[in-house]
Amino acid sequence: MVQLTMAKAINEGLRRAMADDPKVLVLGEDIGKLGGVFRVTDRLQEEFGAQRVIDTPLAESGIVGTAVGLALRGFRPVVEIQFDGFVYPAFDQIVCQVAKLHYRTRGNVRMPLTIRIPWAGGVGAAEHHSESPEAYFVHTSGLRVVAVSNPQDAYVMLRQAIASDDPVVYFEPKRLYHTRAEVHLDVDPADAPPMGLARVAREGTDVTVLTYGAQVATALDAALAAEEDGISLEVIDLRSLSPVDYRTIGASVRKTGRVVVTHEAAREAGVGAELVASVTERCFHYLESPPVRVTGHDIPYPPAKLEKHHVPDLDRVLDAVDRVLERPNSLTGVEL
Amino acid sequence: MTTVRTLNPMADPATDVDDVARLLTPAGERVSDADLQQWIEDVDTTAIQRLYRDMVLLRRIDAEGVALQRQGQVGLWPPCQGQEATQIGTARALRADDFAFPSYRETGVVYARGGKPSDYVLAWRGEGHSTYDPHELHTATQQIIIGAQSLHAVGYAMGVQRDGGDQVAAAYFGDGATSQGDVNEAMVFASSFGAPVVFVCTNNQWAISEPVSVQARFPIAGRAPGFGIPSMRVDGNDVLACLAAMRWAIDHARKGRGPAFIEAVTYRMGPHTTSDDPTRYRDKEEVEIWRRRDPIDRVEALLRTEGAFDDDLVAEVAADADALADEVRQAAMGAVTRPPLSIFDAVYAEPHSGIDAQRAAYAAYLDGFAAVAEEG
Ligand SMILES: Cc1ncc(C[n+]2csc(CCOP(=O)(O)OP(=O)(O)O)c2C)c(N)n1
Repeated sequence: MVQLTMAKAINEGLRRAMADDPKVLVLGEDIGKLGGVFRVTDRLQEEFGAQRVIDTPLAESGIVGTAVGLALRGFRPVVEIQFDGFVYPAFDQIVCQVAKLHYRTRGNVRMPLTIRIPWAGGVGAAEHHSESPEAYFVHTSGLRVVAVSNPQDAYVMLRQAIASDDPVVYFEPKRLYHTRAEVHLDVDPADAPPMGLARVAREGTDVTVLTYGAQVATALDAALAAEEDGISLEVIDLRSLSPVDYRTIGASVRKTGRVVVTHEAAREAGVGAELVASVTERCFHYLESPPVRVTGHDIPYPPAKLEKHHVPDLDRVLDAVDRVLERPNSLTGVEL
Repeated sequence: MTTVRTLNPMADPATDVDDVARLLTPAGERVSDADLQQWIEDVDTTAIQRLYRDMVLLRRIDAEGVALQRQGQVGLWPPCQGQEATQIGTARALRADDFAFPSYRETGVVYARGGKPSDYVLAWRGEGHSTYDPHELHTATQQIIIGAQSLHAVGYAMGVQRDGGDQVAAAYFGDGATSQGDVNEAMVFASSFGAPVVFVCTNNQWAISEPVSVQARFPIAGRAPGFGIPSMRVDGNDVLACLAAMRWAIDHARKGRGPAFIEAVTYRMGPHTTSDDPTRYRDKEEVEIWRRRDPIDRVEALLRTEGAFDDDLVAEVAADADALADEVRQAAMGAVTRPPLSIFDAVYAEPHSGIDAQRAAYAAYLDGFAAVAEEG
């Protein structure tokens, strides 16, 4: 067991996946000598050569589109999109090609592609560097979508994503790149909890908080604070956004009867909307109060100096907890 | 090598259809071309008869596709009449283990790669997005997103480089597609990595209703050298020129010299698809001019000159074409639509709880009808 940052854990995941399988390739902008702008691919080119760690032209559709061809030829490409906001030029290739080729060919063509995206805000970045585009991909059948929240998951889920015969969009929260935790590197990805499973990050009895990515830490902070008020939050780290592990969620909701969903992506037609709708469909008779979403606003990601007003923080999560508990001190219990 | 072969660099408009390399004039006379000649030395009369047969069969498949659409047996058909020489000439130059990436209109490429009669019609009938196994035919599913396949071809070719193989990938696209980012990105990637890919641009003068002059003010083949890719502009209605140019391009790529580009100047005789009305945007006279440049008539004239075109050949090829058309028709008429739950098949390669739950729910829903029917 070692202490690793999330960036280093992902790097190690890439290294071991490449060492284990000569068909694994890494492609992206600046990922070679530089090791990626976040250094996630640090030293991989040195170790595996420029044929396997490919510095590509600056063209996202080109990166994903050529990865499709490489996959057709039997490779398992891992693509790095430099920043969340730059995935849009590749959107057509991801949505129309990567997601659909298996279906179009009735299973004859597999697309074992992993698309890594440094993701979301909270790091004071420039415009287009803090986007949360996950809902676009969740809405697209044929893609698996995962979001990691800690170094151990980052390591294991990356290896599982690479091993998967399906395309996986793999979101890496930028604001957690440098958080450190213990990582078991020798865990066999095949034996670890599959990437489609959610994780109960903290057990509780009063309210279920559904979240993912960097918001897991926010929710856990909120749980600590709520505890002082005698409120017990159960925090579920979804880990996978497609598919969603409704079994784990359902068990929790049946226990607590109250649901808060938090993510930093905008609210309208977001992942939270889907979670609330699905939970309501499945657990309506167990619900004690209407589920509440705490999300980014329906605005373009604001300038860095204002982002703290956009990304839900501990207080906004606690406020939502008050609302689902129908406690009088809710600040935002306004009619919407 | 970044030469633009057979192209006058003096900014000829993209519409100058005679600024092309050819081996066979529109009248069917053999001419020599310094660049092309060496690539067809082995093509004898028998080989030309085979090309003729291929083109006639392709035209017949195409006519059958149009007829089936008119009869409501397929929903849509993208005719390729007029483009037979480009499709057959280039695709026949590929080795079985090379990989082709055709667009929706490249019926002839699928034919040349060994497609079955059902492969031409079932997708257009709406029975499946693709009917053949791309790995078996070494041919990707026909692409509808304009230009997307050019990147797949380059990626495939990059994979060949890494495998140490000697296959070549062929990216087919139209003149309209050259305006797409993907085609330009594909050329950057191919050139930067020296990928063994051949770009085949079928310039059929029109992208639905837009003339090629909306996409390009200079012959399209002239762009490739800017990417560091040698290119050739050939007469796309001359099957010998298309075959020769493709052999040149494939040889270039297979020898590790990187990508090559061919612009085949041809014409789409029919509508863009069976839903299109070309009389709204193009002149009858234009179509008539191109009718006189017909790719099949040209080969027929050549074979006649060589004394290799007689009633026997005509009868034999016509019989083959009839038989194939019949098989295509049977494939369409005899199609059995897959069972409803198969719509959930192959969305993912591995189990996906969301899809699995939806399939189960829909199965239960359908079972409900069955139960009601049983109860009467
Ligand atoms: C990305 C994209 N945009 C638009 C279309 C609609 N569309 C289908 S074919 C076509 C014209 C393509 O022209 P060209 O590339 O010259 O090929 P051709 O049809 O002439 O063979 C258009 C605009 C499409 N299929 N894909």
